[in-house]
Amino acid sequence: MSTVQNKPRPSLLDALRNINLRAYGMIIALVLIMILFQVLDVALQNQNFITAQNLTNAILQNSYILILAIGMMLVIVNGHIDLSVGSVLAFCGAVSAIALSHWDLPWYLAVLVAVGLGALIGVWQGFWIAYVRIPAFIVTLAGMLIFRGLTLKVLDAETIGTSGTFNSLASGYDVLGADLRLPTLVLGILGAALFVFFQVRGRARQAKAGIVGSSQAAWLVKTVLVAAVIVVAAYTFYSYKGLPIIGWILLALVMLFTFIANRTVFGRHIYAGGGNEKAALLSGVKTKQTTFWVFVIMGALSGLAGVIVTARLHSATPGAGEALELSAIASSFIGGASVTGGVGTIIGAVIGGLVMGIMNQGMTVLGIATDTVQVVLGLVVLAAVLFDVWNKKRSTGGGNVPLVGITPGGSGEAKRAATPDSGKEPEKASTS
Amino acid sequence: MSEDILRMRGITKRFPGVLALSGVELGVKRGTIHALVGENGAGKSTLMKVLSGVYAHGDFEGEIEFDGRPAEFRNIRDSEAAGVVIIHQELALVGELSIAENIFLGNEQKKRGVISWDRTNAEAVRLMAQVGLQDNPATLVEKIGVGKQQLVEIAKALSKDVKLLILDEPTAALNDTDSENLLDLLRQLREEGVTSIIISHKLGEVLAVADQITVLRDGKSIETLDTVGDGVTQDRLIKAMVGRDLEHLFPPHEPKIGKVFFEVKDWTVHHPEQRHRVIVNGASLNVARGEIVGLAGIMGAGRTEFAMSVFGRSWGSNISGTVELDGKPLALRNVPDAIEAGLAYATEDRKHYGLHLDYDLRENFTLPGLGKLSKRGVVDQDKVNLVSERLRKDFGVKAPSVYQLAGNLSGGNQQKIVLGKWVFTEPELLILDEPTRGIDVGAKYEIYELIHKLVDQGKGVLMISSELPELLGMCDRIYAMSAGHITGQVDREHATQEELMRLMTLETASGGEEQRQ
Repeated sequence: MSTVQNKPRPSLLDALRNINLRAYGMIIALVLIMILFQVLDVALQNQNFITAQNLTNAILQNSYILILAIGMMLVIVNGHIDLSVGSVLAFCGAVSAIALSHWDLPWYLAVLVAVGLGALIGVWQGFWIAYVRIPAFIVTLAGMLIFRGLTLKVLDAETIGTSGTFNSLASGYDVLGADLRLPTLVLGILGAALFVFFQVRGRARQAKAGIVGSSQAAWLVKTVLVAAVIVVAAYTFYSYKGLPIIGWILLALVMLFTFIANRTVFGRHIYAGGGNEKAALLSGVKTKQTTFWVFVIMGALSGLAGVIVTARLHSATPGAGEALELSAIASSFIGGASVTGGVGTIIGAVIGGLVMGIMNQGMTVLGIATDTVQVVLGLVVLAAVLFDVWNKKRSTGGGNVPLVGITPGGSGEAKRAATPDSGKEPEKASTS
Repeated sequence: MSEDILRMRGITKRFPGVLALSGVELGVKRGTIHALVGENGAGKSTLMKVLSGVYAHGDFEGEIEFDGRPAEFRNIRDSEAAGVVIIHQELALVGELSIAENIFLGNEQKKRGVISWDRTNAEAVRLMAQVGLQDNPATLVEKIGVGKQQLVEIAKALSKDVKLLILDEPTAALNDTDSENLLDLLRQLREEGVTSIIISHKLGEVLAVADQITVLRDGKSIETLDTVGDGVTQDRLIKAMVGRDLEHLFPPHEPKIGKVFFEVKDWTVHHPEQRHRVIVNGASLNVARGEIVGLAGIMGAGRTEFAMSVFGRSWGSNISGTVELDGKPLALRNVPDAIEAGLAYATEDRKHYGLHLDYDLRENFTLPGLGKLSKRGVVDQDKVNLVSERLRKDFGVKAPSVYQLAGNLSGGNQQKIVLGKWVFTEPELLILDEPTRGIDVGAKYEIYELIHKLVDQGKGVLMISSELPELLGMCDRIYAMSAGHITGQVDREHATQEELMRLMTLETASGGEEQRQ
């Protein structure tokens, strides 16, 4: 039996191991959470959790958080934070309601007013952050107060109701009387087909360039799984009322911003500036300009989220969107954003938002009190960032990274530039 | 008690791939000022880190005997407890705290666990008087000049009952008056029984203040000289510091030098925060096509600051002077301007300024040249992949694929990525700042070959290096810089380490530029 030592063939297990934990960990976590609630619901309440209605509700209830999360991800990737989105959302929502009810503008102009106002607010905040270099934390903390105050002012502490097509943006299922069930199914199948097509073409091009990234098996598993999920999801929505209008809007936003983030110079500059601002600057990236536009985008998306919140509640209220900035930030971090900037994906932010939403919904269905729900969600945020830290350590080979550069000066330092420091002597170095 | 306060025997310290110290012997007599001199990278700082416990006992070979007892310091706390205090070139002071607070930082004056401000201030005044500092102890450290800050560091050392004071380049950032005061203080401390070790590039002041001088070269102790008895001169020291032959470390190259195409004239740069400080002072230089021009200087001479300020004003404030390319003046307001004009600057600090360590080769290779790979702002991913793979091969980056994160590669391979990303922008002039720092010999050779390839294509290279043999081996012409001035230039035939060292250590550059063709 001397022929036993054949070259080992890559097994499916190897393939799974090769899958980037970072990229797919959260999708897997989301699926596991849904299965967990399904099991608990069946066991405790004798009902299904994974139903078309519940999934649809998850989208409807979290839509505005997901919109904010998309923008927040860009902000965090660029190395900043935005605490003002909840207040900006309320302000823009209020103005859109006023435009609709008091100025009698058609619904689309009311939406435009809200989004435009959000972008203008982004111009204001982006200017202070990018060009005057006041920390985003401070500028947006101020914004949080300013725009909440302005909301109260324009609403005069009252609630303004909205009606008609405007409201269906947040909870409608049909366009001009036609329902969206069939288009949902068509979209799902087309989407899956397009996904497979792009994967195959991309892989072929990589092969042509001689730089195939992952193993064949890993790639195959990924492609088939994602395509299957798309089709199953489409069918699920089809079997209920079809993908709601807000679902289509979200889908469009995710695709648009994924494209911007991955495939445009502007998008890559968002990452480069957040990952290492000094290196980006020396590589000719206009970091200030990039940051400015990131905040304009964040503002516009806050404005859109304001429209959705108003439409969903059928009214603009002074307290709308309170603490939503925290949900958006949490979504980004659960979805894989790095605390130090430079890392994160749009789809990750959406998955992160869905993880929070599904957990919230699942626990509510189980009859768990809101106080407990908050504790659990808090722990999830902590766990997600812990995972991020652990994953980073793992990929850089671990070891203690000294808190303080050991001792400055000495060109001999350079000789060992490529070697990791022992980390034995970090704490005294700065006080010697 | 023995005559020597410190004896270091057979000190050998290795880093992966590098022998930083090799059997170094150092004896320091009690109550003297002992100077440690040598080229950049000779091992001076490493030796002092061994002594002060930065490298723990056991991390190196050899013995240390301090104050008559064997010393086995595990960290800086141990060495300070024994009375060894090191003051680094970059001061370890907190600008937002007062002088008194800084003096007792980590050693706070307490009464039953609560800080006693009366005692803190009283003790601070006593120590400040000892070093000749007459400010209010409540003054914030950021409000006083570098010279006084240096004195605060020394007062801090005295508060710890220092027996052996180590100063790493203490006068590098000081003007003449402050330097003279500091040296006087060292002499005065010597009278009070404090032994000092001073590391300095300024040979003039070394000869003036030191009782004994030990020369290090390539991690070995060459000799120890008595300044009084041995009749030491600067020339004698320089010879001991550089005395070695150029080995065959450099690939053969036949320069094809064209006409001058890049010229900087009368370039003056101020410090970005301390705007009155002149860092580069009226520097002028030029580079011809196909030429490798060196820029020599000790640390702090202003070379990197010169390069970065030329490269789209990425450093400094209140910059004046002109930059010309092919006879046309360039207005370089920012880095994109500089890249557009055909300049490239590969930084000395790969990890912080040169690369995105968390990103893969593709991102790093294509960042400055992303515009060339996109149409109307949309990046052509296929082109990115093709270009990155080509650069990976052309530059011989030893990485399994272009998906590898830059942070996981060795220093040499990281440097090749930095070169690659700049070559892709198709610059006319490349400024290479310490292109072989922290790189092993084999990779250095490859980098040298890449540089030769670039100049053979008619580009110009301005190369900053702290390793004189590297400049002598690679450059067709070398400028020397000292304290912000270009102090002279030498061409390949006339360049010697001694001559460069002399130009690099000219303490006052008021004499203007010296020429030797």
